[in-house]
Amino acid sequence: MATPTPRVRVQAKAKKGEVVEIKTLISHDMEMGTRKDADGKTIPRKIIKQFVCTFNGKDVFKSDWQPGISANPYMAFFAKVNESGTFEFAWHDDDGSVYKASSKIEVA
Amino acid sequence: MRQGGRPAGATRRRVLAVGALGGIVAALAPRLAVAKPEDVAAAIKKLYGDKKAADGKVKLEMPQIAENGNVVPVTVSVESAMTDADYVKAVHLFAEGNPIPAVATFYFTPLCGKAVCSTRIRMAATQNIVAVAETSKGELYTGKTEVKVTIGGCGG
Repeated sequence: MATPTPRVRVQAKAKKGEVVEIKTLISHDMEMGTRKDADGKTIPRKIIKQFVCTFNGKDVFKSDWQPGISANPYMAFFAKVNESGTFEFAWHDDDGSVYKASSKIEVA
Repeated sequence: MRQGGRPAGATRRRVLAVGALGGIVAALAPRLAVAKPEDVAAAIKKLYGDKKAADGKVKLEMPQIAENGNVVPVTVSVESAMTDADYVKAVHLFAEGNPIPAVATFYFTPLCGKAVCSTRIRMAATQNIVAVAETSKGELYTGKTEVKVTIGGCGG
């Protein structure tokens, strides 16, 4: 499968203290480890097990995922912004790879 | 035999279709060792011991009927001021009828502003979805909702 492509949507500008919605999506099969291929062999589990969002280095939101999360995981949540800065997003795969994205926001 | 066992009005085609469907279900059954509501209760007990979770404050927004069990949208919201002194620390999401009852855990911080998040989950069959929220003060709240699933999303 192709390298997972993360997509993130956050508004570019906000007022101080505003609660903004953050929507994220990443292309990933989230292979649950119970399915079988055509030869009857079990396809090994390969999912993204953790998603982390930080703002200017501080933890904002974190989530642990099990195989019960759908393929191409979608995750939306909120963040209160008091200063301009950068949201950093990281998706941690079972195989150790980390997929990253970031998004800047300007606070007036 | 065939004549006798057939209900009135059932065509030959319909009888065959029902038979085929039964076959599929039977083939899937041994592979889908699904969880029971007790497993979810046990999982919650493992996390928080004997502490009782109060009903309310936790809202699960999900469709009443999900046609495709592979992708069921869910929005979890917990009533909370989300201040440094009192905020929702974690929300655990369980599916009572999935092969693995634990679905996800969401960790919030006061920086979230509100304890609301959305994702999409897999559901094997019609079942209850349970959420347990833990606040920074150590209080537990729980919410539950039933979703009817037309086609399961955990099949081998």
